[in-house]
Amino acid sequence: MYATTYIKAKDLADAVSQLKSADEGKLLAGGQTLIPTLKQRLTSSDRLIDLTDTGLSGISDEGSSIRIGAMTRHVEVETSELVKSTIPALAALAGGIGDRQVRNCGTIGGSVANNDPSACYPSALLALGATVHTDKRDIAAGDYFTGMFETALDDDEVITAVSFPKPEAASYVKFPNPASRYAMVGVFVAKTSSGVAVAVTGAGQDGVFRHGGLEAALNSSFSAESVDGVAVDDSVLMSDMHASADYRAHLITQMTKRAVATC
Amino acid sequence: MTAVKITVNGQAFEHNVPDNTLLVSFIRETLGLTGTHVGCDTSQCGACVVHIDGRSVKACTMLAAQADGSEITTIEGIANGDELHPMQKAFHENHGLQCGYCTPGMVMSAIELVGENKKLTEKQIREGLEGNICRCTGYHNIVKSVQAAAHEMDI
Repeated sequence: MYATTYIKAKDLADAVSQLKSADEGKLLAGGQTLIPTLKQRLTSSDRLIDLTDTGLSGISDEGSSIRIGAMTRHVEVETSELVKSTIPALAALAGGIGDRQVRNCGTIGGSVANNDPSACYPSALLALGATVHTDKRDIAAGDYFTGMFETALDDDEVITAVSFPKPEAASYVKFPNPASRYAMVGVFVAKTSSGVAVAVTGAGQDGVFRHGGLEAALNSSFSAESVDGVAVDDSVLMSDMHASADYRAHLITQMTKRAVATC
Repeated sequence: MTAVKITVNGQAFEHNVPDNTLLVSFIRETLGLTGTHVGCDTSQCGACVVHIDGRSVKACTMLAAQADGSEITTIEGIANGDELHPMQKAFHENHGLQCGYCTPGMVMSAIELVGENKKLTEKQIREGLEGNICRCTGYHNIVKSVQAAAHEMDI
């Protein structure tokens, strides 16, 4: 790891001011992506700003939605009675991220800020129509994810929480890479009052995306069979050492069917 | 440099270390506790798992500075004098290792796992140890060891 300066921010205002005054400041949440990346010198930072003491952790019931603080760790979402009783698919998703030690440290805010194209959380935000709260504004999930590792966040903007509307039903199924546990393909299906949403992670060249064809088929008939007739265009999908675009297209169909069957 | 004050295996320590020091380097090189291993450089292998304030974490994926103020337990801190921890004893009796390199991490992860649920199924044990890689055993005797320890710790 290149030399850096570590700062434990006292509160949110301190974190923002530290971030603004650094040349290449980076926010340190759970560190489960950032630390490995720094270790391998794939990135560097003159100032690491630890958000642990900024009071951004916790899960609350907001009536029609639940609000999860940015520094809430995956294990807390996985085991939260509130999340399990209102959006069990979200608790299950959190319980399937990485491994136990990653879930003991990794946070929802870190995952959403990083927008890894194979991360699980972005699919839940998109399918459930979540809102990303920051120190400056509220951003609808549909406007938030702007490309691979790209988001609508400004350079000095800090995620404070994510709100998830409670769906009528939802399910997330992923085909994990057997080594990394990242999603080779993950599909989040949500049924809400405004219809069915299908969000796909792990596959798109531009990161997470909603699939209009699958949504249209499931809105006309919500069954695994209705997915069979939907064409999945593999020209917009990733092809890498783990899976070809063609194989990922196949996985999208299969994971969607499994998600619908367990919704 | 950052001042790191931590309690490791019940003993208090305070050292000034460069800000980019990983917790595992702090434990191994600054404190000289070399039971915690480093088996990869990608945060995947789990040989470095320790308990921080009661939860298992990979000590290679945290800065020493982040652990300031915490209580850490390493593999050196789980036996009671000469009496092995039930998990160590179970790994010994069930031959839950070959080269032994991954064992400290396996044992620390397994202790957390069994601490939460003593009626673990084989599937739960295998899933619970996903963050720990063993290149010798094929995991069979590791699972047997954890099952034996869970039984022992449940009595």
